Amino acid sequence: MSSTSRKAATLTIAGVIVAAAFGYMMFGGLESNVVYFLTPAELVARGEGVYDRAVRLGGQVAPGSVQWDANALDLKFRVREGTHEVVVHSKGAPPQMFRDGMGVVVEGKYVRAANGQSVFESKNLMIKHSEEYRAPKDGQMPQEMYKSLIKGVSS
Amino acid sequence: MGVSVDRLVAARVTAPRDPTPWIGVLGIVVLVAAQVYGVISSPPDRDMGHLQKIMYVHVPAAWNAMLAFLVVALASLRYLWKGRPADDLLAASAAEVGALLTGLTLALGMIWGKPTWGVWWTWEPRLTSTAVLFFMFVAYLILRSFVDDFERRAQWSAVVGLLGALNVPIVYMSVRWWRTLHQLQSSPMTLDSSYTWPLRVNAVAVMLLMAFAIVHRYRTAVTEYTADELADHAALRGEGNRV
Repeated sequence: MSSTSRKAATLTIAGVIVAAAFGYMMFGGLESNVVYFLTPAELVARGEGVYDRAVRLGGQVAPGSVQWDANALDLKFRVREGTHEVVVHSKGAPPQMFRDGMGVVVEGKYVRAANGQSVFESKNLMIKHSEEYRAPKDGQMPQEMYKSLIKGVSS
Repeated sequence: MGVSVDRLVAARVTAPRDPTPWIGVLGIVVLVAAQVYGVISSPPDRDMGHLQKIMYVHVPAAWNAMLAFLVVALASLRYLWKGRPADDLLAASAAEVGALLTGLTLALGMIWGKPTWGVWWTWEPRLTSTAVLFFMFVAYLILRSFVDDFERRAQWSAVVGLLGALNVPIVYMSVRWWRTLHQLQSSPMTLDSSYTWPLRVNAVAVMLLMAFAIVHRYRTAVTEYTADELADHAALRGEGNRV
């Protein structure tokens, strides 16, 4: 075997390995094994095994579900995806962009509350905003929605 | 390699006045103008307010990093195919600039993420794949500094450079393939027109600066290579190590 054909063979093998790795990443079902967050439906579907374990939950802040206690810095809302909802409880002020209908990912644990209802206890609340960037409409001040929402609904 | 050295020397001697610095000067002028244009002309975003303006540096850095890695991929492929030293030097120059731009993309993204998402960093697919891309090219540059033999260094670099560049489509598609915190790519449909033009002009400005950096780095690398080859030839003729 001449040195050039050996080089070509090495390159071909390397190419095949790379293509296989690439193909695996694309189609190898990474999504079903390793997901960054669970949807409310997936969280509930996991049943007993999901309680008291560190997981991420993602979805939309269900419109009208935000309860903010400004004095205690206590936040309650529901995360929605489709028709499924999970109640989330979090301490501290949420990020500025938090509002009704915003996308969120929360890190924490799903726990059974005293009244028997399950609550997702959030340790870290993150905003998942969309790829849309829009100037405010006439008369609408940016971030005003946030302020009115957070200051207005203290229970 | 005697022929290629002579050709390299000839190319430098016969080169017309070098326009490269002017690309850099133009890049700086356009960047300053584009930043001023962006800050003055774009209204605050309805959700994130003026934080939207970080887009004008984060996105151009990301786009141009991808372009730089495309240059790495093409030059590496051509090196493996034709074995010309110049292609290796071009790949290395583009890799340096690409790594720098990827580092900038990550840093600016973190600065943007903290006030908007609420976190500096999280291990989600877009961020993780970008970090992998960054570290692969840092490894590429470290590898180059450890291997002395030119041909071996060039061959290994070309393979690592290609593997690294293969990450670019993964980074780009990560927001579509997997669940992420990072949003999808924006398009002119999802971006108000008051944001699209500042973004485009800033991207062009960073592209000019990138082109300047790659060409300048490439020229320097060719000069270094030529000097090394001349010194080797001198040594072979018994003229000693007068470098």
